[in-house]
Amino acid sequence: MSEDILIHLRDVTKTYRRGREAVEVLRHLDLEVPRGDFVALMGPSGSGKTTLLNLIGGLDRPTSGEVEVEGQRIDRLSGSRLAAWRSRHVGFVFQFYNLLPVLTAERNVEVPLLLTGLSRAQRKRHVAAALGVVGLSDRARHRPRELSGGQEQRVGIARAIVTDPTFLLCDEPTGDLDRTTGTEILELLVALNREHGKTIVMVTHDPRAAGFARRTLVVEEGRLRPAEEAVA
Amino acid sequence: MILFLGTQYFHLVRKSLGRRKVRTVFTVLSVFVAFVLFALLAALRTGFSGGVELAGADRLITIHKVSLIQPLPASYEADMESVDGVLDATPATWFGGVYQDKRNFFPQIAVEPAEWLAMYPEYVLTPAERESWLAHRTGAIAGRSLAEKYGWSVGDRIPIQATIWQRKDGSKTWEFTLEGIYDGVEEGTDTTQFFFRQDYLQEARAYGEGLVGWYVIRVADPERAAEVAEAIDAEFANSPAETKTSTERAFVQAFANQIGDIGAIVIAILGAVFFTILIVTGNTMAQAVRERIGELAVLKTLGFTDLRVLALVLAESLLICGLGGGLGLLLGWAVVGHVDAGSILSAFYLKGSDVVRGVVLIVLLGVVAGILPALRAMRLDVIAALRRG
Repeated sequence: MSEDILIHLRDVTKTYRRGREAVEVLRHLDLEVPRGDFVALMGPSGSGKTTLLNLIGGLDRPTSGEVEVEGQRIDRLSGSRLAAWRSRHVGFVFQFYNLLPVLTAERNVEVPLLLTGLSRAQRKRHVAAALGVVGLSDRARHRPRELSGGQEQRVGIARAIVTDPTFLLCDEPTGDLDRTTGTEILELLVALNREHGKTIVMVTHDPRAAGFARRTLVVEEGRLRPAEEAVA
Repeated sequence: MILFLGTQYFHLVRKSLGRRKVRTVFTVLSVFVAFVLFALLAALRTGFSGGVELAGADRLITIHKVSLIQPLPASYEADMESVDGVLDATPATWFGGVYQDKRNFFPQIAVEPAEWLAMYPEYVLTPAERESWLAHRTGAIAGRSLAEKYGWSVGDRIPIQATIWQRKDGSKTWEFTLEGIYDGVEEGTDTTQFFFRQDYLQEARAYGEGLVGWYVIRVADPERAAEVAEAIDAEFANSPAETKTSTERAFVQAFANQIGDIGAIVIAILGAVFFTILIVTGNTMAQAVRERIGELAVLKTLGFTDLRVLALVLAESLLICGLGGGLGLLLGWAVVGHVDAGSILSAFYLKGSDVVRGVVLIVLLGVVAGILPALRAMRLDVIAALRRG
């Protein structure tokens, strides 16, 4: 069954220094995310959810332990190799969308493709397909300020999927949206998971949002527990 | 830098600069003005030093020891040619007249035509024009710039009002027939001069018989120029008209230095201008990076390497400097081409080497102005920047 495990964290500890004090955010944490899974990570503020997400996404390195994705130890990669790895394997979705305000929606979606060797025509085709998936083909030429919050997040999701990454990391993707729009975004993520087979790891505060995932894990005191166990 | 990054990044770089249009436009304008100034001052420096660079290495100038305006005996020519190492000597006399109006001043020099043209092969006439000048005592030749300035054609009668040399008949008007219009063999050759025949001057002037203004001497070996110059001056030592001989280059340089060290003045002005522009552009780039720390962090998150982010910021800086500097150089070149400085400077043009210097300066300015903000962007801590939003 090990070949089904896409993301594998073994005995991961992450310690930050705050002045002279060492703060252990994650403690001997283990995580397995099978390919095609949709995992919601919940937990109180400062519990280490985003730190965990950063480790999985290759933005940070563990103090100890192993982070393996598709059998590759990403915690051992150099900075530039890790950046290249992120561009190929990870699609990031942010709470505040983080679109470049000077670019149109289609140009924003194109940004990750600039790192590939695709021609302009090929990039345009990929961008059109990604915008089609999120239902924003008619807003391709609009700038972020001309879009609603929900539309901006759809552009953010299109940017995350345009390179067809191995998995998506979503950090509070509905945190800045109203309930209705948030539901639409979550339904879009569910569709990406169910219909396109995308593996998704999502950090959220919202139990209702977590309900859209296949399973929920709670980060508490630097360790992971299934949601039911935590509640109990 | 864009080529290093790949042309696909050009849109991103261009749009990033469009974020604060007014600031970008003013920064580009500052660079633009600096490079217009660079082009004009470079041309000015060429004007003052061009004669020095183009002066023949194998030519000496002999003047009266007291000053340039003191005449020398015409009989010195044969004596000079007998000095070891001298191939040829030819006299020249300053005429100092005006054409039609006092403002129309240009160099008029009485010379021995055949010797003069042999001494200065950089002045090019057609064989027919040369023969015609040699055949006509009142004939003269003018440089292309001068002829174009006054609309002269070959065959025109040109009256010059003398300010020094009155004619024997009491008149001050000397009439010349334009027998030829000479071109320079290379850009920068002085084509603002008017040459006429020494024998015409000697024969028709009321006084000064047997005197010339100065001599131009060709030496056999430029390496021995100093030694030959000493020998010439020794030849006329203790005579009523002692001489002072120097290389043509030193002579022209000394003439230019009477106005001042133009090169040093130009460098000082440009140094101040470019230091200011460096501060302006550097400040623009620093602000541009500070304003979008979050966006740069997102680019890094998406997989942009540290070096690529560094290159993106440097490309913006280079684009600002390239746009402003390129347009500035272009306008400066166009202005220099249309400015008539012929009556003041023998040459006023933008040299190819100055264009290359300008381009190097553009690149240097772009890199130096952008490097600190680019390094800051490169070293950006993604997690901290994303946390700040």
